Amino acid sequence: MREAFDVAVAGGGMVGSAIALGCAEAGARVALLDQGDVALRAARGNFGLVWSQGKGDEYPAYAAWTRASVDRWGAFADRMGEAAGTEIGLRQQGGVVFCLGEAEYEARAALVARLHNQPGGAKVRMLDRAALEALLPEAPLGPTVLGGSYEPADGHVNPLLLLRGMHAAFRATGGAHLPGGTITAIRPGFPFEIDREGGETIRAARVVVAAGLGTMRLAAMLGMEVPVRPVRGQNIVTERLPLMLRLPASGVRQTVEGSVQIGVTNEEGQDEPVTSVTDLARMAARAVKVLPPLADARMVRAWAAIRPMTPDGFPVYAQSAAHPGAFAAVCHSGVTLAAVHRGVLGPAILTGDLPDLVADLGPGRFHARAA
Amino acid sequence: MLARPDPGTLTFSFDGAAVRARPGDTVAAALLANGIVTTRTTPVGDRPRGPFCMMGACFDCLAVVDGVGGVQTCLTEVREGMQVETQHGARGLHD
Repeated sequence: MREAFDVAVAGGGMVGSAIALGCAEAGARVALLDQGDVALRAARGNFGLVWSQGKGDEYPAYAAWTRASVDRWGAFADRMGEAAGTEIGLRQQGGVVFCLGEAEYEARAALVARLHNQPGGAKVRMLDRAALEALLPEAPLGPTVLGGSYEPADGHVNPLLLLRGMHAAFRATGGAHLPGGTITAIRPGFPFEIDREGGETIRAARVVVAAGLGTMRLAAMLGMEVPVRPVRGQNIVTERLPLMLRLPASGVRQTVEGSVQIGVTNEEGQDEPVTSVTDLARMAARAVKVLPPLADARMVRAWAAIRPMTPDGFPVYAQSAAHPGAFAAVCHSGVTLAAVHRGVLGPAILTGDLPDLVADLGPGRFHARAA
Repeated sequence: MLARPDPGTLTFSFDGAAVRARPGDTVAAALLANGIVTTRTTPVGDRPRGPFCMMGACFDCLAVVDGVGGVQTCLTEVREGMQVETQHGARGLHD
């Protein structure tokens, strides 16, 4: 039987790969387990945003945690690019949320004002139409774009290349990347024992459940209650186009290769990753209001992904009281938080000493609110 | 390259040169039948591409047709006098 690992991470997507990488880089023997092609694979179904704007509106711990990650992203991208053998397409020169019409502009301005009242103060600021045009001189903005909010620290990345980089870096650091097996049971003990379909058992001193929508089932095996529900997101991808949008926006971005990605829906109670013409048409109509020349662009493909969402939308980091050494981590913003999951959370799991910011994001908050 | 027994009665142009086609041919099919396999170069790496799936799914057969870029030649039927050109990189949206 194979020797026990220091850490086994259940889930090789955005969250699991980053945590596993952080543990491996800190010197631990790590196994990264993944269900493989039959999984829901939200790591391949996101928008690639590295985004702090508007986050943690009423939750300072989350705003600070997000900010910490965004600040680390540049160095993280460089290292992931080295491992991947190609730059991973990070462009971190600011992010915009476009406002169409007066009502949107006023609502956004009110949110930005609230964010500035928080300790630590966000740098996001409102831009009127003239300021937006100065920021994006090449963007053919539609007439109803009255302005937007702008956060200079934000950006976007190629999420598939990010995943490739994390996996390559993990393997290069000596990690055991073990995709292609559904976990059937996790048995607490010293070490923990993880059974997979096909009869294999992996043993590890610590287990981190970071399995997206599979987290609830697996975490329950280790005495952790981690509520996650599925939310469907649909996207449109266009043909490669000449540069028209230099900075990412929350519903439309142009990749470094020239494709324009348009999103996104947030549909509750859907578990089939299928698109609907009505939703795609609505998203396309809004994108055309922002950038009218997109009306002539060809849609090359559309896809949908089933993505994890927690009760309040913020990450949940759990530590098992019944079975010390077992952890769980799930969030909706796996791309943005990848840098801090690798740089802070991974190493902290090895010591068992989670930072305060992370402790503030535990599942106990759901019970406290219910009380 | 296999020679077509009946090259067809239609004539269109590709990068200025005359190409024969049969009524009902798609532009992609006619180009391939005439030994022309490249219809565009890629926006990122400037690499040659041409028809592949022949059914509108791969978007590799793009060319400029009568001045309009990004046209899927496998879904476009040849018309007499049509002017087809290699598309270099990404097309502008005001083409």
